[in-house]
Amino acid sequence: MADASVLEMRHIRKTFPGVVALDDVDFELRRGEVHILLGENGAGKSTLMKILSGAYQKSAGEIILDGAEMEIKNPKHAQTLGISTIYQEFNLIPHLSVGENIFLGREPSHLPGVIDQRAIFQEATRALSNLGLTLNPRKLVKELRVAEQQMVEVAKALSLDARILIMDEPTAALTEHEIKELFATIRTLKDKGVAIVYISHRMEELFEIGDRVTVLRDGCSVGTYDVRGMSKSELIRLMVNRELTDLFPKERAMRGPEVVRVEGLSTKGGLKDISFTLHKGEVLGIAGLLGAGRTELARAIFGLDKITSGTIYINGGPQRIGSPRAAINFGIGFLTEDRKSQGLVLPLSVKENLCLSSVDKFSSWGVMNTNEEQQAASRYVEELRIRTPSLDQKVVFLSGGNQQKVVLSKWLCSEAEVFIFDEPTRGVDVGAKAEIYQLMNRLTATGVAIIMISSELLEVLGMSDRVLVMRGGRIAGEFSAEEATQERILQCALGE
Amino acid sequence: MCLRGIALRQNFFSHYGRQLSTLAGLLGLSLVLWALTPHFLTVSNLLNVAEQATIIAIVAVGMTFVIITAGIDLSVGSVLAFAGVVMASALHQGVPLPVALLVGLGIGLLCGLVNGLLITIGRLPPFIATLGMMSVARGTALMFTEGRPVSGFSEGFRSLATGEVLHVPTPVIIMIAVYAVAHFVLKRTKLGRYTYAIGGNEEAALLSGINVKLYKTMVYGLAGMLGGLAAILLTARLNSAQPIAGMNYELDAIAATVIGGTSLLGGEGTVMGTLIGALIMAVLRNGLNLLGVSSFIQQIVIGSVIIVAVLIDMALKRRGK
Repeated sequence: MADASVLEMRHIRKTFPGVVALDDVDFELRRGEVHILLGENGAGKSTLMKILSGAYQKSAGEIILDGAEMEIKNPKHAQTLGISTIYQEFNLIPHLSVGENIFLGREPSHLPGVIDQRAIFQEATRALSNLGLTLNPRKLVKELRVAEQQMVEVAKALSLDARILIMDEPTAALTEHEIKELFATIRTLKDKGVAIVYISHRMEELFEIGDRVTVLRDGCSVGTYDVRGMSKSELIRLMVNRELTDLFPKERAMRGPEVVRVEGLSTKGGLKDISFTLHKGEVLGIAGLLGAGRTELARAIFGLDKITSGTIYINGGPQRIGSPRAAINFGIGFLTEDRKSQGLVLPLSVKENLCLSSVDKFSSWGVMNTNEEQQAASRYVEELRIRTPSLDQKVVFLSGGNQQKVVLSKWLCSEAEVFIFDEPTRGVDVGAKAEIYQLMNRLTATGVAIIMISSELLEVLGMSDRVLVMRGGRIAGEFSAEEATQERILQCALGE
Repeated sequence: MCLRGIALRQNFFSHYGRQLSTLAGLLGLSLVLWALTPHFLTVSNLLNVAEQATIIAIVAVGMTFVIITAGIDLSVGSVLAFAGVVMASALHQGVPLPVALLVGLGIGLLCGLVNGLLITIGRLPPFIATLGMMSVARGTALMFTEGRPVSGFSEGFRSLATGEVLHVPTPVIIMIAVYAVAHFVLKRTKLGRYTYAIGGNEEAALLSGINVKLYKTMVYGLAGMLGGLAAILLTARLNSAQPIAGMNYELDAIAATVIGGTSLLGGEGTVMGTLIGALIMAVLRNGLNLLGVSSFIQQIVIGSVIIVAVLIDMALKRRGK
């Protein structure tokens, strides 16, 4: 009974325009097991699970559920097939009660349109006690702790007769005690025969709760293993075992004097006691898992988050950077992770976006000198080979790579000397990627210092002169380009 | 070269296409009225229409700036009344004309700046901040005058509304000047550029080093000050400042702005479009009056025109994408 296979995904392939996200992935799930899905950021874990939960459609391959091939059309359909997902962001309505949330969208009623409140709370109490929980179903969800909200999600899934439960980083926001409670619940679920797919970066959890583990790497399945008999280092090796290709045209520049020094920096955003230096002409790579505090570091340096203690020195002098405007005046430029929501003003033109940080340069007494602006813009469009029909084209119509080049030009135009790149090549095609790397080389050759935050380990290794690894808001380690290897960085990021 | 020609043509339409279609609407409407009544297309009637349009058109300039920043200003009609009665009382107290005019503009500016500060420093949604100001300014105007109009001014002051330059009424000249300056400000100055940037993506604007709070406050201040200017012209025309003046002007101004193609989502819009929008509303009212349509039915027609204009606008934009 324990070995009965409930689900088989065979030869799953998923392509997005220009990218193969999953290629020939096999995945098998058995009744009553906790199956860990392991892999780096972007290895394809979420994509695979989104296919299973109906959020994405596979491009090729087959899904076999209880021995019969099945097309999962949409999330609703997945639920009726007994597949439920608990995302990191819960799908709960804060101002409704626990019971109302559990039965949202399928409220019991006797009269059409009138909800039978009593039935809701009775059913909810039963669903909760099935999980060994004593939560009051009349309590509002917003009054619950995160861990309790998660339990409501689990109860909701079970009341939908879920046989397969997908949990995406379920312990990310829990305390140690709450994790114990969660694991107790998971064991209850196992005993009931529910199969659980468990996505987590935390190695120690894997050994505590997992039965089998499937490792994904770059959209391919590396293999499925019994957790017993595996070691942490073995798993890490499986996650990263790749060759550095010549994708990265790194040219080492002369390392100049120090431009930025950070000492004992802590912020409300979650940074704790961060110290490092940055020199002219170098690329400082910042690695770490999602939520390790990398973007928060960039935000603090750029004057966006309140600094609670510590000092930032620019060119040797201690400075207070209170706003992005101040940061820009110190020669800092920030290429945000999310171009569309933070980097660009989509309804404005290429020219207007490109000059947005340097309007002061192109104006006197508040009046724009449109000639100078035009000239500067066309110079950057030519230099960076931004493909656009005209300078007046709205940036919303450009491709991802060209949009990224517009943001880059914005900071070149503002004469930034310190560039912070947050995921510089996300959503950018291979050709534009290479161009962006070339540009980094050209920048460092002119003495610009670059902080490069990236979730792509290869990119970090390929382009950095030094690598900082962050974990839990702290600097967990520093490696020179020679010392840095995928295994070392990942081990450090995972806290092994 | 050929590519460049195409790009230029694309630009011409992406920049002016929207205004051309609104203008076509205005001309079409005028043609219909011309066919229906001989009184419409006379110089004196057209000047009359332009003069009728001035007050709303001037208020709508400020509204356009505010809406481009993705905001809204519901207070401007009440601010107009408040500025008007204070200025009128100043005139009655014997304050010199230029000073009284500055008082009118200043009261408008002040109310606008308070709106701006409530929105930026106080982080109130623009709808709420200006809704509150709408009531406060109206109440203050009523309290200040004990509900009575302040009437009777010197010839010099009234000539602001009754005077003519080359047979064109002074208010129309002032309106044209306001639009010329506003167009220049939006297209050619830092304030204009930042207005679009803030409305298009406030976060990106902040991250590009723009002092978002300062420029937003300035835009609301500008809207208030234009309310003050409208108060001067209205008071001069009526020879009376009423504490209940300017009721619902904010709604007419929003309608003119939206008919003129400015998106309530912010980031796009032009004052020239707004001028055409304001003229469409004035032509419509004038035409319906000439045709003897009852004022009840007029409201129905004008409301329908607003809805249809925006439906057409949205359809055109969807096709553009």
